[in-house]
Amino acid sequence: MSLQFIVDGLLTGSMIGLGAIGVTLTYSILRFSNFAHGDFMAWGTYATLAVVSTIGATFGKVAPIAPLSFGWPLLVALVVGMVFTALLALLLDKVLFSRLRSQGQAIIVVMASFGASMALRSLLEFTFTSRPTYFSRAIQIAMPVGFGIRVTPDQIALLLLTAILVLGVHLLMTRTQTGRSMQALSQNAALARIVGIDVASVVCVTWIVGGALACVAGVMIGILVQIRPFMGFDMLLPMFAAAILGGIGSIPGAVLGGLIIGLAEAGAVQLIGAEWRAAVSFIILMAVLFVRPIGLFGVRER
Amino acid sequence: MIDLIGYGAFFLTTALIFSLVTLGLNLQWGLTGLFNVGLAGFVAIGAYTSALLTTPDDPARLGGFGLPILIGWAGAMVVGGIAAALTGMATLRLRSDYLAITTFGVAVVVQLVALNAQKLTGGPFGIGFIPRPFGSLAETPLLFNLSNLAVVCAVALVAYLALEHLSRSPWGRVLKALREDERAAISLGKSARFYRVQAFAVGGAIMALAGALQAHFTGFIAPDNYLPILTFQVWVMLIVGGSGSNLGAVIGSILVWAIWAGSGTLTSMLFAPEQQARAASLQIVAIGVMLCVILLIRPNGLFGDMPRRPRLGKRAKAVAAKSGSGS
Repeated sequence: MSLQFIVDGLLTGSMIGLGAIGVTLTYSILRFSNFAHGDFMAWGTYATLAVVSTIGATFGKVAPIAPLSFGWPLLVALVVGMVFTALLALLLDKVLFSRLRSQGQAIIVVMASFGASMALRSLLEFTFTSRPTYFSRAIQIAMPVGFGIRVTPDQIALLLLTAILVLGVHLLMTRTQTGRSMQALSQNAALARIVGIDVASVVCVTWIVGGALACVAGVMIGILVQIRPFMGFDMLLPMFAAAILGGIGSIPGAVLGGLIIGLAEAGAVQLIGAEWRAAVSFIILMAVLFVRPIGLFGVRER
Repeated sequence: MIDLIGYGAFFLTTALIFSLVTLGLNLQWGLTGLFNVGLAGFVAIGAYTSALLTTPDDPARLGGFGLPILIGWAGAMVVGGIAAALTGMATLRLRSDYLAITTFGVAVVVQLVALNAQKLTGGPFGIGFIPRPFGSLAETPLLFNLSNLAVVCAVALVAYLALEHLSRSPWGRVLKALREDERAAISLGKSARFYRVQAFAVGGAIMALAGALQAHFTGFIAPDNYLPILTFQVWVMLIVGGSGSNLGAVIGSILVWAIWAGSGTLTSMLFAPEQQARAASLQIVAIGVMLCVILLIRPNGLFGDMPRRPRLGKRAKAVAAKSGSGS
């Protein structure tokens, strides 16, 4: 068995982990599992793609940054895409989720997110058709790094980006007042309100962080694999499994869970075959639910 | 005229098969409050089980046991019920969202097995030559369609009456009690988990039966029949009809299927052939928006009796706030 699966697994794991951060935050702070999260990913990616092509049309062809397959337009577009996805999440919350939340029926919100996910995805299919597209069709030469492992410059850059983002979110959650408010609200909503935490702004930050990270994860998939309207939907089960494996509400848990699932998927692809990949997250999910439903870093719900 | 009757019979047969799935979902969600977003998986389990049991021997895959159709249907219900019971046992002691996520996973895995386990399911090409009740009548389509409609009508009626009876029985009252006020029901000595697993299993069995009916009606099944869109359609049917009401489930199914089929015909008339795949996705957008709007404006649907009655609204909010504070 070649060790290549480690790199592949870490990359898939980063995408899952970045998505799972959003899932775990919505679950712990807004208290519902958001089935539309995968479609935030896809929308963010298509928005980024749209900005990249607009820049390409205005400035002509831009040479990529030395060893990478993409240039500054993608970086600019990624930032725009992140803002766009965050706004999309906020809009959906304003129109749909917040109204249903105020009715006090958690599971109705889940159902609405399921409906919204179908609508969002099909809207993408309508606008861009279901044909896959790519940020770049250039082929990158993978460099050998020893132990039979090869990586491309893109892959290294994206792994670094993930590490930076995860560190950033971790610092946001632990070192800032906003982050501490978010934790407070997830641990004890009533008490958090009593001590005067502004719930509306915490909800806002939750959607912004979740949406922006979903966009990054989607763009990563777009760079390394391909862009399809179903790209986010297919990530939904791995993301949920990662969030539950890591323990609901835990950011390091979500990332670690994502990496574990990514590695397990990559290992399964080598051992069993790529067609069974999607079953891996289900098996891990079931195992966690049977053995330790609170996950690795979870706290028992009080 | 004859064509119209034939089409009407075909339409109603499909709608009634849908309404059978919706009845199963109504038992799980409407009566018991269990959230199943993977019902396409249970429908598929039923269809494939019955197909395996009843098709003639096929050397390319397992089985084809050539058993009678009724045994196929019974087998579908048993396997579907067991699958649902296992899913329920894994998740029903946890938060309700976990059941949603797990059922979602079940549908993904069933889809994978249907696509990849060629020895069992025929892979992407599916299973053909599924025996059809009254197959000998296939020469005269009208008679064939009408007799199929009669069979499906009979099954749907039996399921409807049985479910009506169940929901009024002591068993059904326990389920309602658990849905409305779990703590009070438990304090009366009812095991929440036990009853919920039962309801979930019976619901799964009904969905599997519907899958089997559909398989024997069309004579051919493939993994594409059981995509998440099926789950979504059935949810819209239940919500439109009003969760909690069996009558609502049936009427909602017929209504939504009429809208779906009608808008499908409309798009095929309005759009050029190469644009139709795109137009079909617009159809899904419309139905998705419809689901959200109904949830916002009229969460009880047409006939619903869910616990979202206004006088309970206040208490529900209080309960939610309390559980939000970590109860």
